[in-house]
Amino acid sequence: MIEFKLPSLGADMDQGKLVEWKVKPGDAVKRGQVVAVVDTSKAAVEVEIWQDGTLFEQLVPIGEKVPVGTVLATLLAPGETREQAEQQKRAARPALKPAAAVPAPPPPVAAPMTGAIAQRRPVSPAARKHARELGVDVDTVAGTGPHGAVTVEDVEKAAAAPAPPDRYVEMRKAIAAAMSRSKREIPHYYLSETIPMQRAAEWLARENEKRPVTERILMGALQIKAVALALARVPELNGFWRNGAFEPATGVHIGVAISIRQGGLIPPAIHDVDKKGLPELMRALSDLVARTRAGSLRSSEMSDPTITVTNLGETGVESVFGVIYPPQVALVGFGRMETRPWSEDGKLFTAPLVTASLSGDHRASNGIRGARFLAELRERLQHPEEL
Amino acid sequence: MNESEIRTRVVGVIRSIAPEVEEGELRDDRPLRDQVDLDSMDWLNVLVAVHEKLRVDIPEADYRKLVTLNDIVAYIGAKLASRV
Repeated sequence: MIEFKLPSLGADMDQGKLVEWKVKPGDAVKRGQVVAVVDTSKAAVEVEIWQDGTLFEQLVPIGEKVPVGTVLATLLAPGETREQAEQQKRAARPALKPAAAVPAPPPPVAAPMTGAIAQRRPVSPAARKHARELGVDVDTVAGTGPHGAVTVEDVEKAAAAPAPPDRYVEMRKAIAAAMSRSKREIPHYYLSETIPMQRAAEWLARENEKRPVTERILMGALQIKAVALALARVPELNGFWRNGAFEPATGVHIGVAISIRQGGLIPPAIHDVDKKGLPELMRALSDLVARTRAGSLRSSEMSDPTITVTNLGETGVESVFGVIYPPQVALVGFGRMETRPWSEDGKLFTAPLVTASLSGDHRASNGIRGARFLAELRERLQHPEEL
Repeated sequence: MNESEIRTRVVGVIRSIAPEVEEGELRDDRPLRDQVDLDSMDWLNVLVAVHEKLRVDIPEADYRKLVTLNDIVAYIGAKLASRV
């Protein structure tokens, strides 16, 4: 029997609310298949499964909030029968208990109030009138008067109370927690390099001229690919700092910082960027941006970026020195591309330039290796046809 | 298709990408990207949608001509007219 657990949903997510099962007991599941949807403060995340099998039992009901690592369901391994699984379940029952006994997260602040509404309490006519004036639903107000009666004061308090936490507020909290942890734990160092983009820009213009609008490539995709290739030379920037040591990542999964129109920021991953051609990478990037903004991501995208790239050039800033997403150990930033004076081989001319920066975790790498990375990145962008 | 119809379609496309935009808020003679928060990915999506809805292909080299809503409407109008 295989246990299917709620995977990590990123450094700043420690729980999720199950909102949908995409499969039912008895259904065959395949590695990589989306089997459930979990709501987090950042997005509705499609949770994938990483083993083949047959769904045996769903252990978490829809609507329940559970911490990362909770067993959501059990699966029959290929060849395993229901009877074998039943037997194993009986034998393992005591062992399964602790998982089931994981302390439930504290209920949201609004819950006690909702509970109190169940029985109707007396409301003074003055309070009722005042509630109407203030646009407060009197049935949702907790009463502090005799027998729990709702008083004018209660209505005023309810009117002044902040709205229940929405997704944006929750997202802000999650970002705050991750960024505070980063600045508390990670000794950042910062480097920057001006990169001439003439060759890349000209190559891309020629390339896009041949392409229909639906297949056009953005400079951002070139930059991300160049980062992925440059990492091969400086692998200590690609991975995680865990338990006091650097763990190199096995693939290059680049977290792309994507802003949400209503505010907020999500850095989901594009997998194996170093192995993707530019058209494929561009498709992955537009798909990821669209899904992030629609609030629909997959668990693997949330859980495993190995480095993050942020591009603030669109907002017109010259450069950005970012805060590393723990447990990652580096973040690469790109500023705006701008035509400015530049000299090469003793000649002065104008060229489109971009400032690339590296924020590095000094526990995992040294400045000199970071410098090596930026030099490699610059070099890669001089050969756009090889990206 | 007259200019006002083209404008309606273009505004529809922009609002599908930037839903926070109120129709009455857009000034036709001001730079669009000063009024609407469109990054290069959004802009590309605008062009893809224009391509799908109006069958007009806008090459990258022409991006710089398309600053205001008026520019875009006139550009598309000219392209459609040259096709007839």
